[in-house]
Amino acid sequence: MHFSLLDVYQPRETWVHELDPRVKIVGTVLFILTVVTLPEDAWISYSLLLLVLLFLAVVSRLGIGFALRRGFIALPFILAALPLPFLIPGEPISILPVLGWTITDAGLQRFAAILVRTWIAVQAGILLSATTPIPEVLWGLSKLRVPRVIVATIGFMIRYLFVLADEALRMVRARSSRSPDLDGVPSPGIVWQGRTAGMMVGSLFLRSLERSERVFAAMAARGYDGELRTLESPRMRSTDWIGLTVWLLILMVFLFVGFWS
Amino acid sequence: MLLSPTPLHIPDGFLATWVSILGWVLAVIVIGIALRQTRQQLGERQVPIMGVLAAFIFAAQAINFPVAAGTSGHLLGGALAAITLGPWAATLIMTSVIGVQAFLFQDGGLLAFGWNVLNMGVLTAFSGYLVYRALRRMTGDNPGARIAAAFAAAWLSVEIGAIATAIELAVSGTSPLAIGLPAMATVHALIGLGEGLITAGAIALLQAARPEVLSAGERAPGRITSGFVLAGLLIALVVAAFSPLASPNPDGLEFVAEQRGFLDRSLEPLYSILPDYTVPFIQNPAATTIAAVLLGTLIVFALAWVMGRRVVGVEG
Repeated sequence: MHFSLLDVYQPRETWVHELDPRVKIVGTVLFILTVVTLPEDAWISYSLLLLVLLFLAVVSRLGIGFALRRGFIALPFILAALPLPFLIPGEPISILPVLGWTITDAGLQRFAAILVRTWIAVQAGILLSATTPIPEVLWGLSKLRVPRVIVATIGFMIRYLFVLADEALRMVRARSSRSPDLDGVPSPGIVWQGRTAGMMVGSLFLRSLERSERVFAAMAARGYDGELRTLESPRMRSTDWIGLTVWLLILMVFLFVGFWS
Repeated sequence: MLLSPTPLHIPDGFLATWVSILGWVLAVIVIGIALRQTRQQLGERQVPIMGVLAAFIFAAQAINFPVAAGTSGHLLGGALAAITLGPWAATLIMTSVIGVQAFLFQDGGLLAFGWNVLNMGVLTAFSGYLVYRALRRMTGDNPGARIAAAFAAAWLSVEIGAIATAIELAVSGTSPLAIGLPAMATVHALIGLGEGLITAGAIALLQAARPEVLSAGERAPGRITSGFVLAGLLIALVVAAFSPLASPNPDGLEFVAEQRGFLDRSLEPLYSILPDYTVPFIQNPAATTIAAVLLGTLIVFALAWVMGRRVVGVEG
């Protein structure tokens, strides 16, 4: 087993972990909605939102740096916004030394806002998946009216992800042991390498398709008829309602601060 | 290693709120139709087949090879899934893959999820499927042509996904169209080569080992509907690209024109990859790129034809 999802969920016994998954999913989405809707220069609100996330990271005993560090995962995408500081008209602040392009204040502000929003939004998602086991996320999604076929498909996907990823990694290892990258030996062309990778993908596809047929046969033998049935679900406790209400109030206050300051 | 963010997964913060919500609405509509269509196509096997194949797409992204300049070729998978299972099933499979990437790995945002599904799932699946079908019909039942069609379909599907992403970013005021579109299109013309080679290789293997899988894919639902879906989405995107929204700031356009000199200079290395990338007589950069993509597709198809025949020659 070389591939694992184990470091995504961080098991602890805290009230954040025990909140109803529906509350956490809805709360995360509303939080991100707040972050991206705030005006560009709402730096006070951004700092407050970040503080709330840090508070949650501490009380859920993940450690203060946990989400901060992992939050950088989405930052390579910032390349797309790189031209902004030079293109948005505004007061020139400084000039790029070699190329001689002017940086404007408005451009820099929009760029910084995108950077900060993305960083904060990603951290909210990280906290959600670090404090909620995958089956609970799926259960919460199905209770939030996501079509059951999609939730069940994702459930299957996660179950077989390990099996198929291990199979893919075994194939990759077999390839590298048979055709190692040696000094002095010219490496084959890109077309050859691409074709080999494609053949591997093709045979993995066939194995997956056959596996899905076996899985379906096993399910049909146990009485599966295409309908997915679930047991009665636990109800929202009063703490869940309180948590959701407090969360909504916090977000509304931050929106207010952001728009009227 | 499986989790490296790819340039097409838009994180939250890059799209304007109303753009994100529009994406969600469109995605929900398309997914709703896809649910009905695949239920008819796969019946009670729907969940196990799509679930295992979604895991396959995720796992197959680990099989990569070096392309050029530090980038590695690996699979996005929309075109391959659409060729083998039809565009509607492919849409659901890609939705599951992108959903897991967004909810568990923060690879792509939650609000941006709608557009990520449309870009990487719906647009890649439907464009790949339509190109593959059209080329197959033009060339008849010829194994080399089938592989070439798979290559062209996969390459173009990535390119269309990239162009759509650039337009959404431009409409959100995140990345000006004049720079974002050519940059995304050029980078993904390279990335698409990896997608094309892998998809073509996979189709070559399926054709040799289990040709009935491919013919089942060609009977899958979507022959009539797919044209409407793709046309609808593309028209919406083109309208968005030419609307004033793509340059929310009229002064911004003037400013770009003023600094035109530096733009041309900075784009020169990008254009040099494909010499006829700028088509004369068309002033608008978006129109130029779209025309150039069509031209590029023809060139890629010709190349793919030659390559496909070589692969078949080796296979016997």
